[in-house]
Amino acid sequence: MSDVTNTAVDSTATPGVALMDQQPDDSVPARSPLHHVAQAQTGEVSANARVSIWEEPLKTHLILRGDAAAAGFREGVQAATGLDLPEPLQSQSKGDWSLSWITPDEWLLVGPGDQAFTMESRLREQLEGHYAVVNVGGGQSIVRLSGTEARSVLMKSCPYDVHDRHFPVGKVVTTVLGKTQATLRRLGDNDWEIVVRRSFADYIWRWLLDAASEHGVHTGPLLSAVKGQASHKTDTSTV
Amino acid sequence: MTQSNRLPRGGRIDRSRPLTFKFNGQTYQGFAGDSLASALLANGVDVIGRSFKYSRPRGIIAAGAEEPNAVFQLGATEATQTPNVRATQQELFDGLVSQPTSGWPNLNFDFMGLMGTILGRMLPPGFYYKTFMFPQAAWDTYEKYIRKAAGLGRSPREPDVDIYDHLNQHTDVLIVGAGPAGLAAALSAARSGARVILADEQAEMGGSLLDGGYTLDGQPAAEWLKATLDELARYDNVLLLPRSTVNGYHDHNFLTIHERRTDHIGDRAPANHSRQRLHRVRAKWVVLATGAHERPLVYGNNDLPGCMLASAVSTYINRYAVVPGNRLVLMTTNDNAYRTAFDWQDAGREVVAIVDTRQGAAGAWQEEARRRGIKVLTGHAVIEARGRKRVQGAVVSGLSPDGSQALGSDQVLVCDTLATSGGWSPAVHLSCHTGSRPIWDDEVIGFVPGKTVQKQLAAGAVAGRFGLNECLEEGASLGALAATNAGFTAEPAAVPTAECRPETRPMALFCVPHHKRNSRAPKQFVDFQTDVTAAAIELATREGFESIEHVKRYTAMGFGTDQGKLGNINGMAIAAKSLNQTISETGTTIFRPNYTPVTFGAIAGRHCNDLFDPMRYTAMHEWHVKHGAKFEDVGQWKRPWYYPKPGETMQQALNRECLATRDSVGILDASTLGKIDIQGKDAREFLGRVYTNAWAKLPVGKCRYGLMCREDGMVFDDGVTSCLGENHFLMTTTTGGAAGVLEWLELYHQTEWPELEVYMNTVTDHWATMTIAGPNARKLLSELTDDIDLDRDTFKFMDWRQGTVAGVPARVFRISFTGELSYEINVQAHYGLHVWEKLFEHGAKYDLTPYGTETMHILRAEKGFIIAGQDTDGSVHPYDLGMSWAVKEDKPFSFIGKRGMKREDCVRTDRKQLVGLKTLDPGIVLPEGAQAVDDPNQPKPMKMLGHITSSYYSANLERSIAMGLIRNGHNREGDIVYYPLENGRVVEAEICGTIFLDPKGERQNV
Amino acid sequence: MFYIYCPYCGEHREEEEFHAKGQAHLARPKDPDACSDEEWGNFLYFRPNPRGLYHELWVHAIGCRKFFNIARDTQTYEILETYRIGESPKLSQSTDQQQS
Ligand SMILES: [Zn+2]
Repeated sequence: MSDVTNTAVDSTATPGVALMDQQPDDSVPARSPLHHVAQAQTGEVSANARVSIWEEPLKTHLILRGDAAAAGFREGVQAATGLDLPEPLQSQSKGDWSLSWITPDEWLLVGPGDQAFTMESRLREQLEGHYAVVNVGGGQSIVRLSGTEARSVLMKSCPYDVHDRHFPVGKVVTTVLGKTQATLRRLGDNDWEIVVRRSFADYIWRWLLDAASEHGVHTGPLLSAVKGQASHKTDTSTV
Repeated sequence: MTQSNRLPRGGRIDRSRPLTFKFNGQTYQGFAGDSLASALLANGVDVIGRSFKYSRPRGIIAAGAEEPNAVFQLGATEATQTPNVRATQQELFDGLVSQPTSGWPNLNFDFMGLMGTILGRMLPPGFYYKTFMFPQAAWDTYEKYIRKAAGLGRSPREPDVDIYDHLNQHTDVLIVGAGPAGLAAALSAARSGARVILADEQAEMGGSLLDGGYTLDGQPAAEWLKATLDELARYDNVLLLPRSTVNGYHDHNFLTIHERRTDHIGDRAPANHSRQRLHRVRAKWVVLATGAHERPLVYGNNDLPGCMLASAVSTYINRYAVVPGNRLVLMTTNDNAYRTAFDWQDAGREVVAIVDTRQGAAGAWQEEARRRGIKVLTGHAVIEARGRKRVQGAVVSGLSPDGSQALGSDQVLVCDTLATSGGWSPAVHLSCHTGSRPIWDDEVIGFVPGKTVQKQLAAGAVAGRFGLNECLEEGASLGALAATNAGFTAEPAAVPTAECRPETRPMALFCVPHHKRNSRAPKQFVDFQTDVTAAAIELATREGFESIEHVKRYTAMGFGTDQGKLGNINGMAIAAKSLNQTISETGTTIFRPNYTPVTFGAIAGRHCNDLFDPMRYTAMHEWHVKHGAKFEDVGQWKRPWYYPKPGETMQQALNRECLATRDSVGILDASTLGKIDIQGKDAREFLGRVYTNAWAKLPVGKCRYGLMCREDGMVFDDGVTSCLGENHFLMTTTTGGAAGVLEWLELYHQTEWPELEVYMNTVTDHWATMTIAGPNARKLLSELTDDIDLDRDTFKFMDWRQGTVAGVPARVFRISFTGELSYEINVQAHYGLHVWEKLFEHGAKYDLTPYGTETMHILRAEKGFIIAGQDTDGSVHPYDLGMSWAVKEDKPFSFIGKRGMKREDCVRTDRKQLVGLKTLDPGIVLPEGAQAVDDPNQPKPMKMLGHITSSYYSANLERSIAMGLIRNGHNREGDIVYYPLENGRVVEAEICGTIFLDPKGERQNV
Repeated sequence: MFYIYCPYCGEHREEEEFHAKGQAHLARPKDPDACSDEEWGNFLYFRPNPRGLYHELWVHAIGCRKFFNIARDTQTYEILETYRIGESPKLSQSTDQQQS
């Protein structure tokens, strides 16, 4: 942080825009929007849990705005991220990064938590023309929903059709969830990513837990438990 | 009690599972597979309620959704009370507890019974209007008794212990009704691979096939039914929903299905299992296979227990093995109902006679009756039932061929059951929900679905095709058509053939004429729930009500919880006759959602208790909770309102927070303010168009306050926007206005000025914002940053700087909503709590005091700063607020609101303007909303000058302060106005400027 | 409950995702200051309320956040077409009158 100057300065990469490294060093504790429910993620698995829910906290979330038809934007995104701009309602992913269509001139780039400044800088070096990059990582988080009944939980929560025929793996849809909204991405047959706003995260978490309760719900990223493997019974007895 | 009416064999009940239940305090036995109604009939319970108006004893008439009388209160405990449950649709379970809801306080002898005739006279048609509208005050008294007596039931006094949920469904084909037509449709659609939902209101699918008697391809219908259901259950693309009533058909093929998941299991749902579920279905195509309701005939005393629908009698015999009597008289206008007499005879009971209203009816059915030795009286009708609490006889008379007159002498047939059939009315309800008017069909003798824009097909009896073969064939072909229309390749499923006796033409008869005219004859009931008689409908038409919609409202016909399923068509026919019209000319009233009553639980789903509304939290919420904050709802946000210390009243806490902030330093969680990141080379131009003031020259590193107006010139939001870079701004909005402002900006950008190169994104949640305010704010901040020069001349008021606060990269804005030296610290929200806590670590020596929204309101009011939405209400423009300094009229672009402010009405000199107000008694805090008058002694209604918009006690000024709108207020400084309050007190106040403290703004410029 | 085709998402979506924003094709006068009070008043406040074809502005608020137009029958609630800002409707008041 030593190079932060005492005046607002333009980024060298994009004249006229204030680029800012917003992340402190590791000594400062970070608290994700669902930090307060993290304690519940004990890894304790009920043998008949058919839904598993957990937070993927503190990732990099960058909003990219631009014209998909403009080469200077499209190619710049490719050069900076290695990802092609997805078509409407689609996503691309490679390694730790995913790029999701949000609106006709807006995409969400998600990646490792310590990469926001590096990636924003790289994008600003590569992008041309009228565009915007906005760091929104502090304002949103990812809730993961997994399990054989994950789709039922979404049917209880969202008016959007989440049937396999209509919502194949890779599709991205922003829609109503409970009484708020979220962006859904299907990662696998029984595996979903839900991008939520920070202030609504607690509501959505409680909403999803409630919706999942009839199916047996496990809070934590133990995917295998969801498949009902017998070995986990012994695992839980030691917890 | 024994089940005296239970047959030793047959039915679809499980005799190995006897169940015990209670009705009206008595214990009875039934079997698994019984409905509550069939179990009561099995036990010989005749009287199950008393009527609304005349308190007449009533029995079970029907076997399904059309039942008007057997509507009960269910629930073994207070928390599980459910009103309005139709016994014909309630499956029996062990331990079921039910109460009649009508007939208060006692079924067999009661207060209302004594009052019967008196009340009957009190409640003629139109009684709501005639009796209760005047005097208004009397309604409260009447209502209590009317409601109690009217069988409306009651809601539980304890919270519902069960859970309910919603499920959003999307389907290619939704089939409503799993009778023969619906099942055949489902087969065709399912085999095409289309996504299919088949919903039926009954526990068992099969509809009329369950009533027995039918053979399909020479086999009992039950076998085809089982094979069909087995096949459908095997498909992944098919969802079978029994116990699920399709209750509403809304625009664009949106339908709601009310599924009762556990009502058949017990009083309470199992843990974690929803009791009922509302399916919200979007269907590409809908096949209505809702069947038809049998129409009873209207005759004298037709409400006596023992008077039943013919088909219902057959259903009780065949499905439930219950014969609801010993001696049957059947009156019919058609061949089909003969079946009931045959069923009755097959059950080993006596058929006294079939009374056929048709002259010389002769055909296969009459032949069969003769073969069975059953007496058939053609060209006759039952004009009147006799009996007290149960039918004891039927008065039979000759009938003129056109059905208009009772002829000849009467004979009385001794019987205890009087079944009637006036034909079948297609269940067109759902098709009406989206506004489609049903059409009268003389062939069908009923209304059939009319023209609709919905993607809807109607198959079988609902379309007026009553024959079993017709139903199967049409179902199969329309099921295939629906799937084809939805984009699949489908063929009509092959369906079996039923052996049916040929039927001769039925007669269109609705109300059986009596020798006496209807007004003198024994009461001929049309609508049993609302006690509307044929005579009442005739009276309504005589009183000048010609539209059927008016007749309905005047008589209350169809207003019950059965929505007139049983009586409406008869009522319309009676009205038509009385008006000398055809039924087609009279038309019908329109059915509206819901088809049958839905519990509030199912409607609410999981949107209740803690999930009723989202609660939005800031990154520091946990700290506020831990430090005893009281919260205020601002939009969906939970904002700290104030932080009382133990033993403090609210006012004491506010006084302490206000004084601490002005004396040393206070801190506010301001994270909820809306924040919009604006980037692009035209960002500055865009701001100039949407704000009333100038933005062209705001340098990087500076902040500016702006007012936002609508095109009409009225203020709708305000906030500070900072120039982060030449092409980069951060706009703040009010907490409640954030989403609306962003949509407003997008509206203009997308529809009016798409050529402007600008992108806007919400960053409200991204930044945690904390405001430290007070004379020690700089000292405190300096302890936490070493890379921001806080010197008063370097980092000036309305500047912002980037740097590090408590080890976290931050943007610090020197802006002030309190009039104090003030810094707004913004850090990425993950680190908000850390910075907040660090501020407190260092702030202890300055007595750093957290303050909430209420103190914020007081401090800003001391300075005369407005709150958009509190001091403005959409009728106040910047000049009314005395904020001409925030309007730059000579900007090149005619900014939003500029023209609006110049309208004739906006430049009046006597507009209501925002002023300060000081009560003459400094101890009185005026209530917000209080209206000012010049002369408190003038007669009412007084001439009002405007209202108080903000009012507080200011501990700093040791007096109350207020702001408010006063007509021409800017020219009335020093005048006294009066605020007459609700309690009769009149408060005097002096008009003053809005700035109560530090008018030169010296405190924030230190 | 409408089922609305969003011309940007290329899909039908539930009404819950949208906000209705009133009459479509209501252009802000180029020079508001040159408008008479009557002209400005008409722009601000006066809207037709036709029985039949009506063009409305909607926004896919919980979705792609784009504004677009809808041609709707106010009697049957049928949505006859939806189209992007800047595009012209295929159905217009005049063709509707010709049809009827
Ligand atoms: Zn869209």
